[in-house]
Amino acid sequence: MAEVILKPTGNFDLTVEAEVVTPDNFAGKSAQDIGKLLVWQGPKQFPISDFFEVRGNGGSSAQDTTIVIDGDVIRVKRIGEGMTAGKIQVKGSTGMHTGAAMIGGEILVEGNTDSWPGMEMKGGLLHITGNALDHVGSAYRGSWHGMTGGRIVIDGNAGNQVGGGMSGGEIIVGGNVDNFCGTRMNGGLIAVKGNAIRTVGAEMTGGTLVIGGTIDKFTPGFMQTAVESDLKFNDIECPGEYKKFAGDYAIPQKGKGVLYVSAQNNEDL
Amino acid sequence: MAGTIAIKNGHVFDPLNEIKGDRMDIYIRNGKVVTELSAAELKDAKEIDASGKTVMPGGVDSHSHVAGAKVNVGRMMRPEDHYKFYQKKTPLTHSGCGYSVPSVYLGGYEYSKMGYTTVFEAAVPPMEARHTHEEMRSTPMIDMGGYLVLGNNWFLMRYLKEGDIEKAAAYIAWMMRTHKTYGIKCVNPAGVENWGWGENVNSLDQANIHFEVTPEDIIKGLAELNEMLGFSMPVHLHANNLGHPGCWEITRDSLKIPKSVKAKPKDPNVEWAETKVNPKRHESVYLTHCQFNAFGGTSWRDFESGVKGITDYVNSHEHVVMDSGCVPFGDATVMTGDGPAIHDLYVLTGSKWSNTDVECECGSGVLPFTYLKSNPVHSVQWAMGLEVLLYVKDAWKSIMTTDSPNGGPFIKYPQVIAWLMSNKARQDTLNECHKWASDRAGLASETREMTLNEIAIVTRANAARTIGLSHSKGTLGIGADGDVAIYDINPAKLEVSDYESIIRAFENAAYTVKGGEVVCQKGEIVAIPEKKTYYTDITVNAEEEKKMIDDVKNWFKYYTIGFSNYPTPEKYLANPTPIKIDAEV
Repeated sequence: MAEVILKPTGNFDLTVEAEVVTPDNFAGKSAQDIGKLLVWQGPKQFPISDFFEVRGNGGSSAQDTTIVIDGDVIRVKRIGEGMTAGKIQVKGSTGMHTGAAMIGGEILVEGNTDSWPGMEMKGGLLHITGNALDHVGSAYRGSWHGMTGGRIVIDGNAGNQVGGGMSGGEIIVGGNVDNFCGTRMNGGLIAVKGNAIRTVGAEMTGGTLVIGGTIDKFTPGFMQTAVESDLKFNDIECPGEYKKFAGDYAIPQKGKGVLYVSAQNNEDL
Repeated sequence: MAGTIAIKNGHVFDPLNEIKGDRMDIYIRNGKVVTELSAAELKDAKEIDASGKTVMPGGVDSHSHVAGAKVNVGRMMRPEDHYKFYQKKTPLTHSGCGYSVPSVYLGGYEYSKMGYTTVFEAAVPPMEARHTHEEMRSTPMIDMGGYLVLGNNWFLMRYLKEGDIEKAAAYIAWMMRTHKTYGIKCVNPAGVENWGWGENVNSLDQANIHFEVTPEDIIKGLAELNEMLGFSMPVHLHANNLGHPGCWEITRDSLKIPKSVKAKPKDPNVEWAETKVNPKRHESVYLTHCQFNAFGGTSWRDFESGVKGITDYVNSHEHVVMDSGCVPFGDATVMTGDGPAIHDLYVLTGSKWSNTDVECECGSGVLPFTYLKSNPVHSVQWAMGLEVLLYVKDAWKSIMTTDSPNGGPFIKYPQVIAWLMSNKARQDTLNECHKWASDRAGLASETREMTLNEIAIVTRANAARTIGLSHSKGTLGIGADGDVAIYDINPAKLEVSDYESIIRAFENAAYTVKGGEVVCQKGEIVAIPEKKTYYTDITVNAEEEKKMIDDVKNWFKYYTIGFSNYPTPEKYLANPTPIKIDAEV
């Protein structure tokens, strides 16, 4: 497996749009060729080498290529966008749209990430060890379908609109989430180990949502159907007792979505 | 020499001159088709070797939604339609984005790439005419014009109710001039007015609220007025009950209404290109996007194609011409002056939607839509759109459209052409579709394959003839505009089973020539031509007009816009090209 190391050196005062940073684009290229690929900063394009020191060559295919970003790239957007195979490891935090629309392969962010990680993602694995801001795996503005496949794992907390309009795939949040988790969700699985604030599963018409912690304000359009214990969705385990709800009956009036809420942490429900 | 060009040795298809693929040269001088060029002129002219290629007049789209208020609403409510489909600017062209509702610049470029040179906006609400013209002015590459929505106009409904035909005629003539529009559009007559009260009309003899006129009154009235004034195009009709299962019957009955109205287009003050076929219309009604008006069954459960009922009528009657409204699958944005129809679609799909009541004049609605091969109803709609064109025996009675972007965006035209020309293309798609497409429509057993000549009829010659533009468009006769599309198709070697090659060829014309200038080459814009905006300038009896204006001024106190701010001045038009008609009414 060939490894390309990008060490941030440049001036990131304006954010950089780096959708070219994918194993697909780096495969078959030497360090020099990779350095010449263009990224946008504001209205202008510059070679990658203006922002990163590039070491190592790409592999023969995307699958054989690993990209290691050695440091924080909070001001770099769209890393790994649309990648189909291979691996990206970021030893630090990333900017917006990390792994947006990715199709396959793996991205590991050893830090935090800004909003829109895994937006409309179709496959692959996006693992964020820190926190993520808003719109994890959700739909683009105006769009009806969020992520359709793949898996997003966030070890820390996530912001608003986790899995907005989600149609498939899995999102696992180790910590807490803010508002509108799983809004308009119509497929897939969201498992939150921690707490949620409000509007959980609003307008959902399908899929499964699990909240292991507390919900401050419960969405009114849900009806309890059962109590279940020790949930298991393939390799994802949610131990404990859960109240099972169907919804949302408020606006879509379909009630095909499933919402599990920890019984122990939400006794008043 | 600008606008002077020699196109050599192409296989020319000019249906209005009965030229069906003959190898010949086309000469254009100063933007007009001429018999020949002198030796000196030839030396300066650009020469194109079109041997082994198909040469047609520039494409004419007689029904497309490309400019104006509702199109813009479609753009605003669909950011998701824009971020994946975009083009960067070049030294020559603007940037642009949008798949089903592209920005005005992108729209012009995309049409030009397909060899189209003339496009008519299908619905201009009077109060939004200025905005529509602003967008048309900014649309590059293509000559344009718009149809004025008059089917639910308060003045017309009132005049028709009172039987005051002279005033109604004066009003239409004045409105056309005021808003610089080209012809009469009628959308869901009497129904859209009811939509202001959350209602619709369901039958042709149902009178609407307050005005108490029926769809029949309006269709008959507008068709008669259209011929009285002598418009170049027939009444452009979007029939009642559109999009409801079983609507084919009311559509056929609507077509019967103007049966006795004789087409009497007046001679406008234009020079006519030489044509062998009579270039004037003889139809008194133009049914638009027939597919959406041809639903069979009684509910979505027993939904089926009702196309045959309409095409049988069209095949046996002379007074009807129609366009198809094909559904090429994928993303679309449904937009129409038919407000209640969009509300019904919202109830059906739960999608985001927008509705507007354009005070005292008309209404409209917009909703994003995706046509899926796996959906039973959509798959039948796909089959129906093609049936509309294939069941009509005489290609001169039909025009190919997708009612862009209602059935699908106009950039899918090449795909539709491939389905029309190749039975294999249709069968392959049928195999991918829901089985309803085979069970509930007759397309599976239809083996007709359209020829390049028929394609030239339904995509340019007939569109131009129907809307009264064949004096300069849709033909390569002497004196016509030098608008030519050259496609990489060798008619002598064409294998229609290889339909991918048909799609490729029609997607990116080898050359698009506009006014004798190459403006697009293999999908690349190489020049931005001058463009024209057509409108109809009808003069009527001044006395009658004065009386009518008094009525209008009196009523304008109820408008939110001042009377003097109402008209669209010519400065809003790119190269205003009035078609002058003396109506003698």
